[in-house]
Amino acid sequence: MPKRVGIEVSLAASEAACAADVDVIAAYPVTPQTHIVEHLSELVADGELDAEFMSVESEHSAMSACIGAAAAGARTFTATSAPGLALMHEIVFIAPSLRTPIVMVVANRALSGPISIWNDHSDIMAERDCGWIQTFAENGQEVFDLIIQAFRVAEDPEVLLPVIVNMDGFTLSHVIEPIELLSASEVSEYLKPYNPQMVLDPKEPITMGPVGVPEIYTEARYQAESVLNGSKKVIVKAWKEFAKLYGRSYKPIETYRTQGAEVVLMTMGSVTETAMTAVDRMREKGIEVGLMRFRLWRPFPVQEFRRAVKGIKALAVVDRAISFGAQGGPVCSKVKSALYGAPEQPQVFGFISGLGGRDITVEMFEQMVKKTIRYAKKGKGPMYELIGVRER
Amino acid sequence: MIEIRVHGRGGQGAVTSTELMAVAAINEGKYAQAFPSFGPERRGAPVMAFVRIADVPIRTREKVYRPDIVVVLDPTILKIVDVTAGLKKNGMVILNTSENEEQVRKAFGIKAKMAPVDATDIAMKHLGRPITNTTMLGALIKATGIVDIKSMETPLKDRFGRIAEKNISAMQQAYKQTQ
Repeated sequence: MPKRVGIEVSLAASEAACAADVDVIAAYPVTPQTHIVEHLSELVADGELDAEFMSVESEHSAMSACIGAAAAGARTFTATSAPGLALMHEIVFIAPSLRTPIVMVVANRALSGPISIWNDHSDIMAERDCGWIQTFAENGQEVFDLIIQAFRVAEDPEVLLPVIVNMDGFTLSHVIEPIELLSASEVSEYLKPYNPQMVLDPKEPITMGPVGVPEIYTEARYQAESVLNGSKKVIVKAWKEFAKLYGRSYKPIETYRTQGAEVVLMTMGSVTETAMTAVDRMREKGIEVGLMRFRLWRPFPVQEFRRAVKGIKALAVVDRAISFGAQGGPVCSKVKSALYGAPEQPQVFGFISGLGGRDITVEMFEQMVKKTIRYAKKGKGPMYELIGVRER
Repeated sequence: MIEIRVHGRGGQGAVTSTELMAVAAINEGKYAQAFPSFGPERRGAPVMAFVRIADVPIRTREKVYRPDIVVVLDPTILKIVDVTAGLKKNGMVILNTSENEEQVRKAFGIKAKMAPVDATDIAMKHLGRPITNTTMLGALIKATGIVDIKSMETPLKDRFGRIAEKNISAMQQAYKQTQ
């Protein structure tokens, strides 16, 4: 039986890597990811996890070591946060190209400046186009489950891509809440040992990652794009099988009270739960509002999204990052482009909020919905706006 | 849902006390969240930590702005922080103080219900240190009944190992002394 325990979400993330029986962890501590790697180093030192824990000198090295380990056929895990993710940026792009199925947790944190250790999504949005599968967790249970599922998807011979599991820094990473932990033996039914297709082995040498001359580069990028888009069906299948075994259902897009909703809030990550409370309150007042959230961010679930918006008049898209100079946030931009040419096109209004650790409160979500209703009636509104910004 | 805000100074275990409360509630089959006021930890600086406890899943990630209960680990905080900020109408302040209730009310203009306890004195007797986080748990549980006092024992043992017994006896003493 799975254990229901009160545990810090960061420690649950480490327990997930442990239950997945990882072989190699290469990581460098950085706030707010620190507790994840601290706990993993404890688990390895205490002999509870038989893995190589590589203390490296930087995140650039962490990701390099992860790629090497995965290329040698090891199940590989790492975790980082904003400045660490930025420092590994160059190597992050190499992992999908080498088809190394690394799983990385990003405890999302604002990317400077001004320097901030607090939560938003600017770190991961800077890696948006890196070619990894990317998911966003709403709560601690989902962090645990998404990590287990990530290994299964990453190592599928049809995928062989790295996966990033995003969890909000502090707002998730430092919260104690009830989580059902699966043990390694419970997980083993779902996650079989990694069976690599090709490995770096001195006895049978191969080359991985040679230069991509113009004659092959386009084809290599085409393959990277095809396999990432194609991974969606493997992801959906892996999530369905997880539900069968453990009873928790996972979909690329989750909806909440969207039945008959005219206006729908769109979120990613842990603010979704606060948004649910806002939806409940507004429904009590007779306002027909619902909520949608992206769990799968890359590959972007465009068909599911177009189906999900049927009958909805207006979307209020909440971004946790600014796409500077692009007049909006990255999620809203993607939503708009995904709807272009679609048979049903709700009006879309973009809101940016919760930057650098500022709370998005229930009242702020209510404010966004009210604005959206007003703009939708008029048929126009601002291209985007910041909610909760002090102007004086 | 009960929302609790704990005030203390960095190093006094405010965050730990909220963790212990949440784990005890979760072990009782309830839902709970515990989290610090996020930021760089600084020993001695005023800090806050938060707990939510409910019988149904908790669906909010806001900080606690309107607590039902405020716990004050260190009486010197009263001079620099308005601990009753946002406190609900029928809210309660669980306060570590060696002074009597009327003196405190007068000095700091506290009108809310109060449960004073001399936690520093109890902690010094049982732990030999003026660290009041576990002692104040006894006062909190007596005044509010948010969890069974017995439910605190396992989390305290898991957390404190060989000094758990001292912490448990300090908690129990505060439980006895609090009205």
